[in-house]
Amino acid sequence: MTNSVEELEDAACIMIIGSNTTASHPIVAMHIFRAKEKGAKIIVIDPRKTHIASYADLYLAEKSGTDVAIINGLLHIIIKEGWYDKQFVEERTEGFVELKTLLEEYPPARVAEITGVPEAQLRQAAEMFAKTKQSSIVYCMGITQHTVGVDNVLSLANLSMATGHIGKWASGVNPLRGQNNVQGSTDMAAIPNVLPGYQSLADDAVVSKFEAAWGVTLPRKPGLTLMEIMGAIGTGGIKALYVMGENPAVSDPDIQHVKKALEALELLIVQDIFPTETVALAHVVLPAVSFAERDGTFVTTDRRVQRIRKAIEPIGDTRPGWQIICDVAHAMGAGGFDFASPSEIFAEIASLVPLYAGISYERIAENGIQWPCPTKDAPSTVFLHKDRFSKGLGTFKPVAYKAPAELPDEEYPFILITGRDGFHFHTGSMTRRSKSLTAQINRCYVQIHPLDAKKLKIKAGQMIRLRSRRGAIEVEARITPIVQSGSVFVPFHFAETAANVLTNPALDPVVKIPEYKICAVKLEKAT
Amino acid sequence: MINYHTVYTTCPYCGTGCGMLLEVMNGRLVGVLPCKTNSINQGKLCIKGWSAHEFVHSPERLKKPLLRKDGRLEEVEWDEALSFIASKLKAITQTHGPDSFAALSSAKCTNEENYLLQKFTRAVIGTNNIDHCARL
Ligand code: SF4
Repeated sequence: MTNSVEELEDAACIMIIGSNTTASHPIVAMHIFRAKEKGAKIIVIDPRKTHIASYADLYLAEKSGTDVAIINGLLHIIIKEGWYDKQFVEERTEGFVELKTLLEEYPPARVAEITGVPEAQLRQAAEMFAKTKQSSIVYCMGITQHTVGVDNVLSLANLSMATGHIGKWASGVNPLRGQNNVQGSTDMAAIPNVLPGYQSLADDAVVSKFEAAWGVTLPRKPGLTLMEIMGAIGTGGIKALYVMGENPAVSDPDIQHVKKALEALELLIVQDIFPTETVALAHVVLPAVSFAERDGTFVTTDRRVQRIRKAIEPIGDTRPGWQIICDVAHAMGAGGFDFASPSEIFAEIASLVPLYAGISYERIAENGIQWPCPTKDAPSTVFLHKDRFSKGLGTFKPVAYKAPAELPDEEYPFILITGRDGFHFHTGSMTRRSKSLTAQINRCYVQIHPLDAKKLKIKAGQMIRLRSRRGAIEVEARITPIVQSGSVFVPFHFAETAANVLTNPALDPVVKIPEYKICAVKLEKAT
Repeated sequence: MINYHTVYTTCPYCGTGCGMLLEVMNGRLVGVLPCKTNSINQGKLCIKGWSAHEFVHSPERLKKPLLRKDGRLEEVEWDEALSFIASKLKAITQTHGPDSFAALSSAKCTNEENYLLQKFTRAVIGTNNIDHCARL
């Protein structure tokens, strides 16, 4: 997030796009509701009429996967009407002319046709967002989990820069991270193309700094992404895989294919706290402790480095994750892993990562600190891009609308959207072992629009077989107008009826995110 | 004698990062309280946060290292599991090169763990094949 969570309360207009905020980030939703109490306008753009959409001042029921067209359409209107922030565009951005040229192709009539949102609503949303003084965008996986995920994010950046709604208190672009340490695992470069702190593998000075600190020569060739790793197992390139705290046998798209790949490995090491579906395929399993049995830091969606603390002793013969990695490194005879505690590891991180240089366990004893924090006395950075963007000028990147990879056809006539249910988390390995949460819901379902249910003679509670080109699952029907006619929704937390049996492994070409939000399915009554 | 205290920590679920107090009685977690001074959640939690302690004492927790022998996962001591990993990893990377190894890190693990796993992958094995599942 460019802003802080609690700043949202002071926003005068909040555009929520691709986020089922009340279910997936309830405490963020609390701040949004407080803003509304103070008079803020709420715009929700989503193919599903989510809970928060029913409180919106304006709800745009877009067709799945048409976000770029909508945002371009809003920008078209904003620029035509002169509602954009001329001073901001002149002083802080480049590439506006190119953006304007592309936007010529997105007049309201065409956008309405692509997106299914009436022209009048597009105009209202454009005016509301652009003309309000402090507007913020909030988005989640409904934006990123598409083959055009990067294009979606870029078009939101275009919207915020053109309207000058960035780099101010309560005004910016705010992605909500689904898991507690998405931000931190990326900051720490558990990604194939950078070193910790987003430092470039191509920069000689950076690489020498790490080589000196770690006492090794580092590989310079960028590595493979998750989906590429899975692909490379089949063809033989990858022989050994170390999985820490993840469950790709449920979370990845087209999981029947993923399971076959995992089975083909010569060595699968899995470090986890529960016997997950991925553990069942492992050659060796390392039992780790839970969050309550170890010290460490997590980074929130608003860049806040916070502590977790050991509250109880490790259960059974388990060890903290950081210690297990040190143990494996020692067994390999490697140096550089002699840490007595997580605070020592954190000190090494701070010495190598400028964004974290001023943060230490002492400083975050009570309150977290938001990076960038370059020096020991630098304060939290509450919002980003105040007077300049990190690279200087912000560049508009015009993006054209592209259709999703797999759309409904005669054989598979419905769009399947996957996502979260408010009572469960990720692959369910933790929440499905929590009795308060399983008491609320403990089996998978599919949301079907009443018109479709009527046409197919489906009754609430009936078992439905959903089939895609990749597989089939059987789940219980829920009849609800939350979904549009022609679309169905399935949550992905339930391993025994995993939504990812159905999903399409088509990827965004840049960041390789799979298209979890759209694939084509058909509905059959299960007998 | 009852030994009760609370420990200030962060919710293990979504990226909002609500502050919470774990209630500990005689070495077991018995509940969660929302932290009032954390400016993110200001004394509130969602239902997932309120029940975040429940899975910790689940009887299904993995409690011992496991090693596949004759097709079945069997409990072993740490030393056996670790030396198995070391010898297998060395053999595989010596035969097929460092790029035959890959690591999947987790958006549910700490910064320190993510940092160490990428350091292990890059500095010990010698490949950049590391990613996490946060895109999912
Ligand atoms: S309490 Fe709820 S909103 Fe807060 S971090 Fe936990 S899961 Fe997220």
